Amino acid sequence: MLSVTNLHATVGGKEILKGLSLEVPAGQVHAIMGPNGAGKSTLSYVLTGRDGYQVTEGTATLDGEDLLALAPDERAARGVFLSFQYPLEIPGVPALTFIRTALNAQRRARGEDEVSAPAFLKLAREKAAALKIDFEMLKRALNVGFSGGEKKRMEILQMAMLSPRFLILDETDSGLDIDALRIVADGVNALRSPDRAMLVITHYQRLLDYITPDAVHVLAGGRIVASGGPELAHELEASGYERYEKAAA
Amino acid sequence: MSLSTAIRDRDVAQLPSRRDEDWRWTDLRGLIRMLPPPSAPVEGDLGEGVFDELVRRKIVVANGRGEALIEVPAGETAWVALRFISKSDGAHAASARVTVGAGATLHLFETYEGEGGYVAQTTLTFALAEGAAVERVVLAADSPGGVSVSQAEVSLAAKADFAQTVVTSGGRRQRIETRVAHPGGHASLRLDGVYLLADKAHADLTTVVTHDGVDGTTEQLTKGVVRDQARGVFQGRIIVAEGADRTDAKMGHHAVILSDKAEVDAKPELEIYADDVACAHGNTVGALDEDALFYARQRGMNQAEAHALLTEAFIGQVIDRIDQDEARDVVRAWAAERLRA
Repeated sequence: MLSVTNLHATVGGKEILKGLSLEVPAGQVHAIMGPNGAGKSTLSYVLTGRDGYQVTEGTATLDGEDLLALAPDERAARGVFLSFQYPLEIPGVPALTFIRTALNAQRRARGEDEVSAPAFLKLAREKAAALKIDFEMLKRALNVGFSGGEKKRMEILQMAMLSPRFLILDETDSGLDIDALRIVADGVNALRSPDRAMLVITHYQRLLDYITPDAVHVLAGGRIVASGGPELAHELEASGYERYEKAAA
Repeated sequence: MSLSTAIRDRDVAQLPSRRDEDWRWTDLRGLIRMLPPPSAPVEGDLGEGVFDELVRRKIVVANGRGEALIEVPAGETAWVALRFISKSDGAHAASARVTVGAGATLHLFETYEGEGGYVAQTTLTFALAEGAAVERVVLAADSPGGVSVSQAEVSLAAKADFAQTVVTSGGRRQRIETRVAHPGGHASLRLDGVYLLADKAHADLTTVVTHDGVDGTTEQLTKGVVRDQARGVFQGRIIVAEGADRTDAKMGHHAVILSDKAEVDAKPELEIYADDVACAHGNTVGALDEDALFYARQRGMNQAEAHALLTEAFIGQVIDRIDQDEARDVVRAWAAERLRA
């Protein structure tokens, strides 16, 4: 699925990723943990093609296709989805309009027919109910005036509607209380499947109690400095990142 | 100094120029070296207007021929489509007089439709009696080669309600000006505008509101999207005269510039001579929000789709304020077509 080799990237001329390598096979969930400033968000933006994140060396492929050569929307059409740490507010665009525009743009890019309005609304009702999102909220401007938890649920709703193949969750647990965390985790777990893979980026181990990863990687100083099973997350929770930060320095 | 006298006398010296403070961004003297001859009458079918289906009465003024008279008797309601059509390379002046009686309501849907390199002046007067209500929706689709100046003088009586939305795609040089004499007395005024400019289009939305009595409200929201080498001008002046206490006036102008060569000039002015007033204004000019653009693209929209979605949303906040549902839909569709072009 995702294969990253020796990735170097700069932001504003400063090197943030310094030779990051990572393999996430289809069907698996991998967690990336690391201290603040390690490059976790940079990794998510580099993989999704945000302006200002310059790749200077290395490769990133999805099922063998060079991701880095594609525009952000082309990556999305191939199934790359980023759940934002800070979801954007889009004044004037109802959530439903935003999601339908995105879904149809992806479908057109893949040469598929656009989804009909009734079929879209049925799907939206179903997915919103599963995430305990009031359907009326989807008629309001996307994320405008939503609480932190509502925004995160809205990200998961978009994920469920767009049905991506490779999911990146950037600090999805931040700002969530325990009930919201469980709803979000259930939504994410419902998307686990043999032909999907996920990268769960988190600072804390808490989220991984609900979304059990197949592997945990420690990102420090712009590189993966340790990898292990789910137990690695618990060990980090107990002992902190200091050891790895020293190793990366 | 006005375009109408210049056209009448075929004298370019009478054109407003950049030396007139009010016209410094919409210089006609420097643009027009020679006034063209008077426009000939328009031959043939003038087609349907975009608002024709919403109204009972349709008035067409083509190449300045005829004056439009709209009189709504007290207590009655009228729906009128008023089309100013310019189809020539000549010069012409058109006019309209609108009177709305006490407690009467007028829904006026006004369009400017152009073809050719004309020079056109349109002069309108609106007189609203006590408790009269007017919703004026203006769609200005002048031709890229046309020079057009539309000037409206509005006088309100107490408890009158005048709500205006001007949506324009500009012209070679275009100005849409509205001057309102506001008596206070619980009369309310809304003056909204949208300019969507591409290529070398120029649009100037100028408004002057004079609050002369206590207890008046004015609300104003103008938004613009300019790209290529287009130029948008917004001049909004609200004067609150001495003694016009408890005036509540809000003015907002916000523009998005989508290219390095596009330009927006804005001059919001509040002149307040009364003591007890609530006045606010906001003015912003900038690019589309990069974060929001990336967010939309990460969800699968290409650059053009993301631009269109975000700019439609941006101006949608103005269009949403049109009261009349069907007219709002016509305007929204017209604007969307221009943003997606």
